[in-house]
Amino acid sequence: MISREDVEHVATLARLGLTDDEIDRMQGQLNRILEAIGQLQSVDTSAVGPTAQVIALENVMRDDVSRPGLSREAALANAPLREGAHLRVPVVLEEGR
Amino acid sequence: MATQALPLVDRTIGEVGELLRSRQVSSRELTEGCLARIDRDAERLNTFLAVGRERALAAADGADRELADGGGAARPLLGIPYALKDIFVTRALDDDGNPDGGLPTTAGSRILEGYRSPYASAAEERLTAAGAVLLGKTNCDEFAMGSSNENSAFGPVHNPWDESTVPGGSSGGSSAAVAGGQAFFALGTDTGGSIRQPASLSGVIGLKPTYGRVSRYGMIAFASSLDQCGPFTRSVHDCTHVLQALAGHDARDSTSVDIPVPDYAAALTGDVRGMRLGVPREYFVAGMEPGVERAVREAFAVLERLGAEIVEVSLPSTDAGLATYYIIAPAEASANLARYDGVKYGLSAGEDDLLENYLRTRGAGFGPEVKRRIMLGTYALSAGYYDAYYVKAQQVRTLIKAEFDRVLADVDALLAPTSPSVAFAIGAKTEDPLLMYLNDACTLPVNIAGLPGISVPAGLADGLPVGLQVIGRAFDEATVLRVADAYERAARFADLRPPTAHD
Repeated sequence: MISREDVEHVATLARLGLTDDEIDRMQGQLNRILEAIGQLQSVDTSAVGPTAQVIALENVMRDDVSRPGLSREAALANAPLREGAHLRVPVVLEEGR
Repeated sequence: MATQALPLVDRTIGEVGELLRSRQVSSRELTEGCLARIDRDAERLNTFLAVGRERALAAADGADRELADGGGAARPLLGIPYALKDIFVTRALDDDGNPDGGLPTTAGSRILEGYRSPYASAAEERLTAAGAVLLGKTNCDEFAMGSSNENSAFGPVHNPWDESTVPGGSSGGSSAAVAGGQAFFALGTDTGGSIRQPASLSGVIGLKPTYGRVSRYGMIAFASSLDQCGPFTRSVHDCTHVLQALAGHDARDSTSVDIPVPDYAAALTGDVRGMRLGVPREYFVAGMEPGVERAVREAFAVLERLGAEIVEVSLPSTDAGLATYYIIAPAEASANLARYDGVKYGLSAGEDDLLENYLRTRGAGFGPEVKRRIMLGTYALSAGYYDAYYVKAQQVRTLIKAEFDRVLADVDALLAPTSPSVAFAIGAKTEDPLLMYLNDACTLPVNIAGLPGISVPAGLADGLPVGLQVIGRAFDEATVLRVADAYERAARFADLRPPTAHD
């Protein structure tokens, strides 16, 4: 069973701001879903390796040559906040933090 | 009902394509016809999130000029109007970053409000090159997460067969648009059934190609090891034309596979004599509606009468598919959706503190189902639970894939129901996420194994469409299409249209 504190912790990890109501509802729903998917524990996988994707592709490489990409203006056009040629981001590193 | 009695917009690409090439109708007429149907049913179906009227008409006029010059030969999609699920980005900015009149992209989410893509998806590029005419972007469950289209931030889509019911999801706008005569074909995306299940509930064809067959470039990511895109059409033959245009290697999608693409239309021989078709007994899941089971078993009998050998097979890990899927898909989604951070594009809460900005932006921008899956995925990937959930699910994926490989070594394709139910009432399953997830019990194992699958109409139960699912070997779409086509020709359900086609 996951607790209310667990839900709050996971929400912070996921950078999701949830209201008190949402946390309550989420706790009940997640517990029901986790109970249902808990059935996997009964499947014997002792002799099986994990599969991350099903097609037999190894690393896909390309030649290391420059190619045209998005123009700066097109890349920045959707930014909620920008300053000149840059995205504007709230302060990440400041003294004393 | 005779096809001749159907309005132009309700016919197949094959039929109107002939009329286009013989200059009996123009692409402009077809496009205007679709736009009129889109307008007429905008409120009652809510299928489109954006319509590009002027651009569509200009593209249609361009196609008409090419058709007049005899350019229609070997270009079956030239001048054919279509729609894209609003999961595909469509270029809407020029190189200077200014709006260029292109369509917005929302993924059915508030978090992409105001977003204008600076680039086009591979799907749009390839269909444009094939001469098809883009009408607009269709409604869908937010970030393709859902089985009923009720998780769209822009309201539910209504099923043209009965407006009080859902069209299925997550590609419900696309399936309903094709069923409702608003587009001759549409693209959807399928992570756990999101093309096949709405195709089944809306009474149209829906194909999920093999993982790696079609480029995912410009398709907004939900679960990157499961996502694939494919067409909705009104005939299997139409489906081959769209797949032909989409299939093939694209260096911009590193999971796109560089192997030859066969001639899909040539695979439709109508002949299934001597083929071995397996029916996995585990696919008749608990809670399957009797009318669905009856229609699907009747479809097996049709194929048997055509000379196929129907054999019962077993895929014992089917039952574990749902749990496996609901670990892998949310885990990948939680990583993919980390990009919506209120900094680069889309919604932003405008907070001065970075963490607060993340929390408030994402808290306000995502809907309940998306939040649920991000939470589930983050939990499954978090310290202490990673091995028990994520690694375990990846191991069960190995088992599921191995079972399909073993069975498909012995049969040419598999037959199964697409969905355990016909279209259900809007609101009937929204309170219980687990009940909603069961809609995909018969489709999601196919994504886990990366195989191709199609849903083809198999008649009606209680007046609503039922779908037959045909599942094939990896990259063997040709056999899947051949079986579906032979069934379609014999069963003669291809002319069934919803009531909206006639009023």
